[in-house]
Amino acid sequence: MAEAGTPAPRTLFDKIWDAHVISDMGDGYALIHVDRHVVHDMGARGFVGLRNRGLPLKHPELTFASADHAIPTSPTTPWATYSNPYLENLRESARIFGFTFFDVARPGAGIVHVVTPEQGIALPGSTLACGDSHTCTIGALGAVAWGVGQSELLHILATQTSIQQRPPNMRIMIEGPRPNGITPKDIILHVIRRVGTAGARGLAIEFAGSAIADMDMEGRFTVCNMAIEMGARYGMIAPDETTFAYLKGRPYAPKGELWDQAVANWRGLRTDPGAVFEREIVIPSRDLAPQLTWGTSPDQVIGVDESIPDPAGETDAVRRKSMIDALSFVGLEPGQSLIGVPIDNVFIGSCTNARLSDLRLAASYAKGRRVAGHVEAWVVPGSFDVKTAAEAEGLDRIFIEAGFQWRDAGCSMCGGMGDLSRERVASGKRVVSTTNRNFVGRQGPGSRTHLASPAMAVAAAIAGCIADVRDL
Amino acid sequence: MEPLIEIVGAAASLPLNNVNTDTIAPTRPRAQAGPAAIAEREIDATALFAPLRYDAQGAPRADFVLNRPGFERATILLAGSNFGCGSSREQAVWLLADFGIRCVIAPSFGGIFYDSCFKNGILPVMLPADQIDLLIAEVGAGAPQSIFSVEVASGTITTPGGRKLAFDLPEFRRSALLSGLDDIALTLRGSDAIAQFQARDRAARPWIYLPMTKTP
Repeated sequence: MAEAGTPAPRTLFDKIWDAHVISDMGDGYALIHVDRHVVHDMGARGFVGLRNRGLPLKHPELTFASADHAIPTSPTTPWATYSNPYLENLRESARIFGFTFFDVARPGAGIVHVVTPEQGIALPGSTLACGDSHTCTIGALGAVAWGVGQSELLHILATQTSIQQRPPNMRIMIEGPRPNGITPKDIILHVIRRVGTAGARGLAIEFAGSAIADMDMEGRFTVCNMAIEMGARYGMIAPDETTFAYLKGRPYAPKGELWDQAVANWRGLRTDPGAVFEREIVIPSRDLAPQLTWGTSPDQVIGVDESIPDPAGETDAVRRKSMIDALSFVGLEPGQSLIGVPIDNVFIGSCTNARLSDLRLAASYAKGRRVAGHVEAWVVPGSFDVKTAAEAEGLDRIFIEAGFQWRDAGCSMCGGMGDLSRERVASGKRVVSTTNRNFVGRQGPGSRTHLASPAMAVAAAIAGCIADVRDL
Repeated sequence: MEPLIEIVGAAASLPLNNVNTDTIAPTRPRAQAGPAAIAEREIDATALFAPLRYDAQGAPRADFVLNRPGFERATILLAGSNFGCGSSREQAVWLLADFGIRCVIAPSFGGIFYDSCFKNGILPVMLPADQIDLLIAEVGAGAPQSIFSVEVASGTITTPGGRKLAFDLPEFRRSALLSGLDDIALTLRGSDAIAQFQARDRAARPWIYLPMTKTP
């Protein structure tokens, strides 16, 4: 118990939340200041809404945009002349309203959740909103970052604020060393399996523990990216020296005295001892095998050395039906091993797994090997800057020589929207994908998705079927 | 926005958990001829629940509730837990509204979907699963035999059999629904509070506001 006069211990989330409350709206709702508003091409409709209402953009200097969802990623795209209606809207809106727009195929362009940390736009202790549910990715910097729908996006454009309900907090401690061949993606898939797709619904998750402390920044983005797949609108990690080292010198990050002042402030961003969490779980990372999904929900996960669970063993009728439906959709049987299941596509990309470390890892397995003849395998970097850095290291050559397509940055096949929805997995085809959702038809109507790490994606591409990367 | 006072009509039951917004609205940007202009909202009415509503050949599935006689004009949807989870796509809400749904009753919702409902004149009601089971048991043949009513001001659901169930709503949401006042207008009325917050915050955290142009 806190003594009289001493402030009650608070969570990391609550500290940042409290510092951004403009007014209390009752019932746990508050008007929250948005420090950074990020808009992608599907959010461009918000600018149409602004114009339809004759409203100004409240803070152009706090608004940033990049086109990622609907643009093509073909390496032969004629970028100097390329356009589509969403991209054109962002270009025109940037001219009218004066916000920062990273136009395609130049520094700063790419998937919004890759770009904003990489450019130093997203900062610890800040609030960041974007019309995309995977905005929780940014919480890895120690920020409160959440996704909104288009109406709330318009509200933020017009007011630089968002109406949000304060969520209770959950802490997920991931403890222990990470075995060889096991990536942050395997860890988060395993966590989702344990927590379930609604297990953190309405909560803000703080990830902590030794496996998180030991993880580099890019791995932490992968972990926080999938908080939404447990129903949590927010995922976050307390900022530490790893965070500060990652941000220092980034184009939009504070510089000089302001940097020192910011870091001094950020050092206080941690959960106080004794702070109360609504729910707390500890998950060991020591004995993990590579993880992948077998069904149509991100919590339908098994280790590659396990077999697909039998719906007959599920006591809850609704859950049993969803398992049966999932197996029917993906064309697999209870008790079957995933190893050896033939695949058609491999997709390495997305806001989950398309940063430089992901591509380095994938290239380390692809080097000197060949993609199976019947498999179409794509590598889509998360941003223009990631692509440039990867090419400087020769990763593009490794992928191309192994038979992968090395493409331009964008969301591409992740949601089946790239190139105005022409970049998708064909109906009935099976893809091993480093993305975050295996929903029915997510990567294209009728497509069947197995979520996995970049390492497992390469293993599948080489073998032509689902394979254990540890046997490669 | 039109004030939302009371919803009267048939209730369709869809007792599936974790129905995500990709399933509610599997819409995608499409290549189109013509001028490069996008609308604030794009409604593709045929997309609503497409993976559940149509078979692989695109024909309506007779067993899907909204295809059944008596439910093609349902105004209330009785749903499973975590309804509207997943992607932030507001098309999920727009398509439901376009179909005529004005109220979704579920044990729980995806957070972004829940917020978006209020902004589009749809009332999302959270009720315990066992109470929803009672409602589902009363659905019957749909309109015009089985009419439910949902009253916003008092927070009451009245079933065809006369049973009354109470539900809670955040007060500011309730008054916004009843007045039809939009959130943006409401927030802009408090612009002074926003300006005061920013003045204070700018002094405490200048790095948030200051170097907003790229520094080499």
